[in-house]
Amino acid sequence: MVDFVLERGNYWAIIGLMMIGLYMAFAATNLIKRLIGLGTFQTSIILFYISLARIDGATAPILMGKDYKSYSGGGKNPEGEHAGEAAYAVAEGAYEATEVGLEYVYSNPLPHVLMLTAIVVGVATLAVGLALIVRIREAYGSVEIDDIMAMDLAVAKAEAADDAAERPLSHGGSVA
Amino acid sequence: MILALTDILPALLVTHAPALLVVAPMVLAPLVAMLPSGRLAWGFAVLGTGFSLIMALVLLGQVQSVEDGAVISYAMGGWAPPAGIEFRIDTLNALVLLLVTGMGFLASIFGWPTIKAEIASAKTSMFFAAYLVCFTGLCGVAATGDAFNLFVFLEISSIATYVLVALGAGRDRRALPAASNYLLMGTIGASFFVVGVGFLFAATGTLNMAELSLRLEDVEDNKAVLAGYAFIFVGLGLKAAMFPLHQWLPNAYAYSPSFVTMFLAATATKVAIYALIRFLFSVFGLEFSFEGASLILILMPMGLAAMIACSFQAVFQTDIRRMLAYSSVAQVGYILLGVSLGTAAGVSAGLVHLVNHGVIKGALFMAVAGAVLVYQGTSLNDFRGLGRSAPWTMTAFGISGLSLIGVPLTAGFQSKFALVQALLEQGWWWAAIVVVFSSVLAVIYMGRVLEAVFFQAPLNPNKRQKEAPLIILLPLWGLVLVNLWIGLNGRFLFGLTDGAAASLFGGGF
Amino acid sequence: MTDHHIILRVVAKVLIPFIALYGFYVQFHGEYSPGGGFQAGVILAVSLILYSLIFGIAPTMRAVTPGFARAVAAIGFLLYACVGIAALIGGGNFLDYDALVDEPVGGHLGQHLGIILIEIGVLMAVAGSMTAIFYAFAGRVSEIRDEDW
Repeated sequence: MVDFVLERGNYWAIIGLMMIGLYMAFAATNLIKRLIGLGTFQTSIILFYISLARIDGATAPILMGKDYKSYSGGGKNPEGEHAGEAAYAVAEGAYEATEVGLEYVYSNPLPHVLMLTAIVVGVATLAVGLALIVRIREAYGSVEIDDIMAMDLAVAKAEAADDAAERPLSHGGSVA
Repeated sequence: MILALTDILPALLVTHAPALLVVAPMVLAPLVAMLPSGRLAWGFAVLGTGFSLIMALVLLGQVQSVEDGAVISYAMGGWAPPAGIEFRIDTLNALVLLLVTGMGFLASIFGWPTIKAEIASAKTSMFFAAYLVCFTGLCGVAATGDAFNLFVFLEISSIATYVLVALGAGRDRRALPAASNYLLMGTIGASFFVVGVGFLFAATGTLNMAELSLRLEDVEDNKAVLAGYAFIFVGLGLKAAMFPLHQWLPNAYAYSPSFVTMFLAATATKVAIYALIRFLFSVFGLEFSFEGASLILILMPMGLAAMIACSFQAVFQTDIRRMLAYSSVAQVGYILLGVSLGTAAGVSAGLVHLVNHGVIKGALFMAVAGAVLVYQGTSLNDFRGLGRSAPWTMTAFGISGLSLIGVPLTAGFQSKFALVQALLEQGWWWAAIVVVFSSVLAVIYMGRVLEAVFFQAPLNPNKRQKEAPLIILLPLWGLVLVNLWIGLNGRFLFGLTDGAAASLFGGGF
Repeated sequence: MTDHHIILRVVAKVLIPFIALYGFYVQFHGEYSPGGGFQAGVILAVSLILYSLIFGIAPTMRAVTPGFARAVAAIGFLLYACVGIAALIGGGNFLDYDALVDEPVGGHLGQHLGIILIEIGVLMAVAGSMTAIFYAFAGRVSEIRDEDW
């Protein structure tokens, strides 16, 4: 039992981080804290993918020794196909899906590349989120969800009263 | 007609249509961002989306040229799948691409006057750049055959969408919390999706969707696959506004600029539903989704709940855009109900409704945008008596509204009829009753609006007699005519959706 | 501005050129070793951001205007897309580097050229947008006063 837990230490850490992030994103009333929670959540995903790539006893995914020669020896085929085959063979080898005939075991390079993209996506999300919060702060004077909701509720109530009185509608939220 | 198009266009465009469809708006986006004039930016946006529409037609022609529907595979960068990223177009993809590009094209034509009125002129070119990026992302989701690439495109479109929604702040500051809420929910949805893809990757070692479906057959009992399935289902459900996960949608639709609401309502959730269908049927496979993971127990009740709960919520709204937003969630329920049947007829009915709802909601929001542009105000009171002062705009609104209810001779009737038929075939008569009941609710909420528009005196009697500008009326009536055409003769659309459903059931890819 | 940031200023003056240089090292060495456009772009942007933290945002904006930063980002992105389209016209698929150069089978020139151009595009896009994002946030608040350090 203890072994079972300890062997998967990375996954426990990832699950913990994920839950902390998710809880923060939902439970915090401060918008900035929510974004921090979101960031934690996304980071845990990056860790998740990176630990998928690791293989016991594997080396960095750069072909060496015989593998290098067999895949990059000057053949008639264009280089591109060789590189593609090699990359795919490494990835396959990482999952022991087929006999790939490599001399060494390489860790899987693919998740690292994927996470590079995910990091960029995360940065873009964070930038847009922070920009929104700056604008919210300018428009409402607060970054607390409760305050913002109270202000919106007041506006909505005024609008409903307007509607009920069937007066021509005067516009709700003031322009930032 | 479509086949003729493939003959006219140069071979380069035809062979590379899958890539060009996505690349054209992508290239135009940075160009447009640097333009000083908003009008020029608008021209480029129309050009880019129009080009994508032609490419989508070419793809549809190519797919339809074979009896059972061909599959076009396009290897990005010449790297053959499954190692490389592949764009894979079958009937379903082509259908969704046609919907997205068509609505995008019409939206960008109609958008100019409302954008000029609602967005500060210094921001107009950036606005169109964001719109093109969003459009690129949606097209990419519908075209790609790679699970991780799908996530990237999903996020590209979503991040642009948050920006677009937030730009409604010029009119009403509530757009900002709405956008921030949408950002939070949308990002969590996308993150869930990517965790799910990670589990699948861990179990199979591939990201290509066709390859995934093959390899998943061997590892179906794997717990990682089950976990991945759950994550993907919830993640895409969030993006698609599946019933209990739809909280971000009403505010985002109600406060974003009119143009954005129209475009999003017609495309964004549809694309997410497409992705959900693709994963449920193609990647995981019918047996796994419906028997192994008993999807019926989740998808069907959620669809029914959406149809009833959100239709009720729509009944009590006084803001027209908010009412239409709740109705959108209810319509997503119809689509998911069709999908949850797990039969070819059910999926086909769901897909028909997916297209029809895009056309209907697009036209409705377009008409609302026209009315808002001329008369300001989106509450029910503001719409009183508009039928007399803006007959063309409001007639289009009325026809689309009737179509939403499901009145015969309109597209809405065709899809609801197909859905009820599919339900009865399976013996789900109680679900058919719920569909009818939800339609009655639609009669109530649309009826309230239509009554105010056509049979009540204007609140302010000296409201001037004025139509929405022609540039709004043309695309609006285009959509209405498409709607009536589907209503009168649904053979073309049903042929497509039947083909798409058949390819989904014909053994994965 | 008084002189009590003098250590910061002197150290930064020495560091910033090296940071930028390191960015270019990561960029051009990225073809054969870890590195590449993403990292290099961020490092380049960091050198600018460090400059503006020490010497103030106004002089930085005079040197690299926000419009220029946005233009660099857009042009970088365009470069990326244009390489893809050039490959299309050259007869390959989108982004097929082999089609960039007309060469005998087995040649590597197309691959080399393609990846270098793409990485330069990525460098410009990342550096430009990082700087633009920083400007968008930092340009909104007033200068940090000396007492607030």
